[in-house]
Amino acid sequence: MRLTEAERAMLDGHYGPAKARAMDLLVRYGEALGAERLVKTKNVAGTVGSATPFMRAYAERGFDAVFSEFNLDSREVVETPPMEVGTCQLISGIDMRNWQHQGVSRELVETQERSERFFASRGVKMMATCTPYQVGNVPVRDEHCAWMESSAVVYCNAVLGARTNTEGRESTGAASLTGRIPYWGYHCPEMRRATDLVDVRVPVSNMLEWGLLGYHVGEVVQDEVPALAGVCGSAEPAWLKHFGAAASSSGGIEMYHIAGITPEAPDLETAFGGNKPRRVFDYNKNERRSAYENLNSSARDSAVNFVMLGCPHVSAEQLVQIAALLDGKRLNGNCALWVHAPRDIRDSAQSRAAADTIRRAGAIVMSDTCPAISRAMPPGTAVVATDSAKQAHYLPALTGVQTWFGSLDDCVEAATSGRWSGELR
Amino acid sequence: MTSTAQTKAKIILRGRKVVGGCAEGEAIVTHETISGWGGIDPKSGTIIERRHEIRGQSFKDKVLVFPGAKGSSAWSHYFHLARLSDAAPKAMLFNKMTTKVALGAVVTHAPAMTGFDRNPLEVIESGDWVKVDADNGVVEVTKR
Repeated sequence: MRLTEAERAMLDGHYGPAKARAMDLLVRYGEALGAERLVKTKNVAGTVGSATPFMRAYAERGFDAVFSEFNLDSREVVETPPMEVGTCQLISGIDMRNWQHQGVSRELVETQERSERFFASRGVKMMATCTPYQVGNVPVRDEHCAWMESSAVVYCNAVLGARTNTEGRESTGAASLTGRIPYWGYHCPEMRRATDLVDVRVPVSNMLEWGLLGYHVGEVVQDEVPALAGVCGSAEPAWLKHFGAAASSSGGIEMYHIAGITPEAPDLETAFGGNKPRRVFDYNKNERRSAYENLNSSARDSAVNFVMLGCPHVSAEQLVQIAALLDGKRLNGNCALWVHAPRDIRDSAQSRAAADTIRRAGAIVMSDTCPAISRAMPPGTAVVATDSAKQAHYLPALTGVQTWFGSLDDCVEAATSGRWSGELR
Repeated sequence: MTSTAQTKAKIILRGRKVVGGCAEGEAIVTHETISGWGGIDPKSGTIIERRHEIRGQSFKDKVLVFPGAKGSSAWSHYFHLARLSDAAPKAMLFNKMTTKVALGAVVTHAPAMTGFDRNPLEVIESGDWVKVDADNGVVEVTKR
């Protein structure tokens, strides 16, 4: 791999041992990929937490030891310098306010608190959400980024038109100290072009429909780059957030185009960059029905114990919408409801009234985590309902619970009645 | 050519180094992609994904032969944890290059290769003895 003079100087230790270790990892990683060079980035979204029992035990050696091993792949413990470029923390395993509801130990919370203070003092922005783009981290078009979190990566590429691969904990750690990441994959314009065409032949104009469409597209396209044709009208950010999260759960989609909607697809020809589609898929009534059935395949019992909303984390608008549906209602005594929001949205002045309304109904506004990441749910949960295709995909596999998937209205109805009555209408 | 117990047939594959080094061991082969988070138990190196072809089997101290990585961006972190738990594979041979598998192989610190002249999934079976010389891009397979 070719290095610039500045990169060579970092590797040789002229900027201190931590940057030398970071550059060493980037060189090993870049050569593993077959990349020819690195590219500059000023936008890193990664993770530095110690929110699991294994990591907590490791954190007893200090957070420099954690960062050296887990974020730089360095056996040698080096002091963690300030982040070189803008770096934010993604979702973690503990809600720092509602951890009692999660059944997390105080010791684990205290370690996480110390960890947050340590890394915040090095410049890591503690956004603690899977949706950094909802709370101020919005790269511009064509900006090179180094992001983790599949639902954020696909949003960054497809909706914002910025460029990132699916990075990992170690590569984002190295990028945060060097401002570099391998130039490979979705950083290269030719790799961003559509490969497969999906003809959308049913209307998609709400959260449920975009989740079903995404789940189907991921299933058939796997990790290629689909372009959707036939989507009429506009698409709200929340719908695209759900679509991408669904598509990156059933498949490995990191980039997609929607003709006339996403920034690199003013039309289909541009999306394909002059190439012909390798495969063409139809999305019609049958595909829609089978996506719905696949998402509900784990569920049998209609008595619902737990309703999970906010995967990916809700926007301020969605929080207001949920509050309006719960206004003046009470949850069924056998059912809990958790809404998951970024902490910055939960704590904002505009969200406070909505959060209060949600709490008055007996529900909890969670932040910083989600049940799939933390594997924590209310005690005795056996049957879950959610409006998130991603959560419906992962929760049965990770925790063994039955999970119903449906609309937000279906979920709120289940939370107040204690019974699932959703269906595909 | 005769084949006896002492001189079993050897097959040579050539490919590209992903992580350098040499290692040898018994092969564990899957034709299905592997998830890190939610797919492996890093303490034992066991595949835990429901409905996975080799669910319940461990890659610890074996040469892992697989098509590539899928799933969460914590892929590398889970293989990193497996190394720290002494449950990592001895070597990794895979077909499809992605950032997940590249970074995962790098932090596993085991020799790794891709880009083979023959599909290793068609040549190598679980139980075969596999010598990996990633520095020179050579894999030697002794059928069991």
